[in-house]
Amino acid sequence: MNRFWCFFFSGAAAIAVLFSAIGPSYGWWFPGASFSPLGAQIDDLFYLILVITSVTFIGVHIVLGYILWQYGSGKPRRASFLHGSHALEVVWSIVPAGVLLFIALYQMDVWARYRVKSNFDPAAVAHPVAEVTARQFEWRIRYPAPGKTLQDKPQPDDLYTVNDLHVPVGKPVLIKLRSEDVLHSFFLPHLRVKQDAVPGLSIPVWFQADKAQVYDLVCAELCGWGHYKMRGQLTAQRAEEYKAYLDELSQTQFDDGVAAKKNDE
Amino acid sequence: MSTLNPAAHLTDAHAAEHGHAHHEIGFVKKYIFSTDHKIIGIQFLMTTLLMLLVGGSLALAVRWQLAFPWREMPIIGRMLFSAQGGAISPEFYTMLFTMHATVMIFLVIIPILAGAFGNFLIPLQIGADDMAFPTLNMLSYWFMWPAIAFFGSSFFVEGGASAAGWTNYPTLSALKQAAPGSGNGQTLWLFGVTFVGVSSMMGSVNYMTTIINMRAPGMTLFRMPMTIWGMFITAILQAFALPVLTAAGFMMLFDRMLGTSFFVPGGLVVNNAPETIGGGQTLLWQHLFWFYSHPAVYIMILPAMGMTSDIISTFSRKPLFGYRPMVYSMAAIAGLGFIVWGHHMFISGMNPALGMTFMVSTMMIALPSAVKTFNWLGTMWGGNIQFTTPMINAIAFVSMFVIGGLSGIFMAAVPVDIYIHDTYFIVAHFHYVLFGATLFGVFGAIHFWFPKMFGRMMSENLGKLHFVLTFIGFNVTFFPMHLLGVAGFPRRLADPYHYPYMSHLLSLNQVMTYGAILMGVSQLLIIGNFFCSIFWGKKVGRNPWNSNSLEWTAPSPPGHGNFDILPIVYRGPYEYSSPLVEEDFLPQTKFIPTEDRHADPYADPH
Repeated sequence: MNRFWCFFFSGAAAIAVLFSAIGPSYGWWFPGASFSPLGAQIDDLFYLILVITSVTFIGVHIVLGYILWQYGSGKPRRASFLHGSHALEVVWSIVPAGVLLFIALYQMDVWARYRVKSNFDPAAVAHPVAEVTARQFEWRIRYPAPGKTLQDKPQPDDLYTVNDLHVPVGKPVLIKLRSEDVLHSFFLPHLRVKQDAVPGLSIPVWFQADKAQVYDLVCAELCGWGHYKMRGQLTAQRAEEYKAYLDELSQTQFDDGVAAKKNDE
Repeated sequence: MSTLNPAAHLTDAHAAEHGHAHHEIGFVKKYIFSTDHKIIGIQFLMTTLLMLLVGGSLALAVRWQLAFPWREMPIIGRMLFSAQGGAISPEFYTMLFTMHATVMIFLVIIPILAGAFGNFLIPLQIGADDMAFPTLNMLSYWFMWPAIAFFGSSFFVEGGASAAGWTNYPTLSALKQAAPGSGNGQTLWLFGVTFVGVSSMMGSVNYMTTIINMRAPGMTLFRMPMTIWGMFITAILQAFALPVLTAAGFMMLFDRMLGTSFFVPGGLVVNNAPETIGGGQTLLWQHLFWFYSHPAVYIMILPAMGMTSDIISTFSRKPLFGYRPMVYSMAAIAGLGFIVWGHHMFISGMNPALGMTFMVSTMMIALPSAVKTFNWLGTMWGGNIQFTTPMINAIAFVSMFVIGGLSGIFMAAVPVDIYIHDTYFIVAHFHYVLFGATLFGVFGAIHFWFPKMFGRMMSENLGKLHFVLTFIGFNVTFFPMHLLGVAGFPRRLADPYHYPYMSHLLSLNQVMTYGAILMGVSQLLIIGNFFCSIFWGKKVGRNPWNSNSLEWTAPSPPGHGNFDILPIVYRGPYEYSSPLVEEDFLPQTKFIPTEDRHADPYADPH
């Protein structure tokens, strides 16, 4: 019976590892490889930590299993009268400290690229593609008129859509993220981008979608009863399609229903 | 037990000897408005276990919605949600997870550790006859009840209970029009938090005073059991962190009721109401809230770490490995705990440079946790392990804490946190720490100290069955959450499956819900075991586990005033298998003439 607990705890750890290993084949893993350079770096960092933590987890549980097997056999024995080991304490303080510090310092660079404005692409900063204003429970998008630059204050010729953000593919783009009411979070899972939209702040967010396709846009910060349905999409398009989209948007928006049609049609 | 071998309960003789006027105490004074720390501890224990059932039921409702969204809930659905055809409405879903966390954190985990075990164990383990301030102690228990009443009644006011998450972020929580639950339910929530805060604060002051001033002769600080260290450091954390939350709560109340705007910026149009006026900052709340709530995370684990250390050492029949490093790492966790709050806010829009500093401090706080884990393994290594119910729960604590600790490294890394923040990865992480570690520690502690509380044993077989089923149910429920998080599955969504990239995750969620139901049902075992054992458990003497610390020298259960003979402490609490004695334990009070009294076995052995 005593060996039971050795098998129980080791077995649980083994099942956890096994489950994590087969999870991806059922789709219980990243929603596809990241389609952005920054996202790929985030994935790499994730895998680096995964390797370190997996080794630690498995190591600790091998030791635990051994202890339960060896010292939990139920055979009558007297425990060793041992209060500790200075050398061991030093080793198992310094080694994890080094590893943790390495992880922390190694991550700085990607974080700086993602969030520190001086590292942003100057072209993207000079010409933000849109202002995204979150509100219960939708994403309102304001583009500058084609050929113009986005202003902080709405302009008469700005273009508006809801829940459908279009951006050019394959280059860094910057949006200005605002909230009209409560906290929201702008989450593009496929691009590994997330940023809270904070009432009263306008936060620059940049990302780059390398594949022309439609991506999910999710609200990741609780924003009220309809939080779950605050669904948008991001459409990454080739430059000419993007331009055509904005032109069409402009035409539709400023169509007064009269000027476009001739009397004889 | 040579120095302490009283024939029977000498409580009355003891009381008379010390000149206490030992008048008869009436039932109400003795069991309800009691000032006896043991009764208060048991009151806290019963209340928090009841609240555990409430919080667990709320969690099961959350799991129901995630597994079977918008489907009629069996049996009780028609009674509770007749307007929605027996299904949970989206606004009620937001109230469910808000109140689940609120109940579990404020009414279960914090009071069960500090309130129940802190109360019961502190005087007994340091050799005092009661707390320093018995009346304050009684009040600290009774101040929980207004909180329970506020939280409970908030479900029945117009709009329902608070629905802004337990983190209560403004402006969702600050503006009445922002959500159905942001009406009076939210105000009641803030009142409730204020009351649990006051309750914790009264406990904290009492514990610090008691531990500093009322230790038995010979009980130096470094002869205190780890449980006491955990409680002591927790009390300090509470004393310094709680005022910030209480103040922030009042600021929020002012915003809601008096028209101030600490947390509400101007120009917001919420739910088509007129524009807000003011110049507040929503991020201010997050800073204040987490300045309390991050140390609170350690308030929710340090006492459990202490109790687990005691249990592991006792049932390995071996001294605790690295006592001083264990104490220092607890202190380090507490100290660092005050400078890591920003890791909850990496993507909140605060200054990115802060993200970097908080990342470094957060990584560093993983270090003392790792040291503690290694020391627990070191304690078991070379021991003579006895697989009692407390011990297997304590081993589960270590095993689960490793998972919860390691997953914390992912979210401490800011770039990785960009992706996993607000996903189920976070939910997995804190459930592994709070349930996997703390609650298994608590289950172990209940079984371990039950004989001291009631003078009878709990059933070992039922205890083990409860453990195995809970452990399986727990892991089936929570382990897959890591994978969900990596799949980008956000928290707090009533129905995530209409997003194409998450639709395939429904089946996994259903399996998890079955795990949660198994876990919920298994708790019937511990309830049954607990109450049946109070009446019919096997009667035991003072020291059924052959343990060393002072509480085991008092009668089971200890009478009023705890000790029939004033304990004198000669050594630390972990001298198991000492060569000085034949048996494999050496109580702190046992006098051995040949022993070198000044030797400090816990000094660093070079």
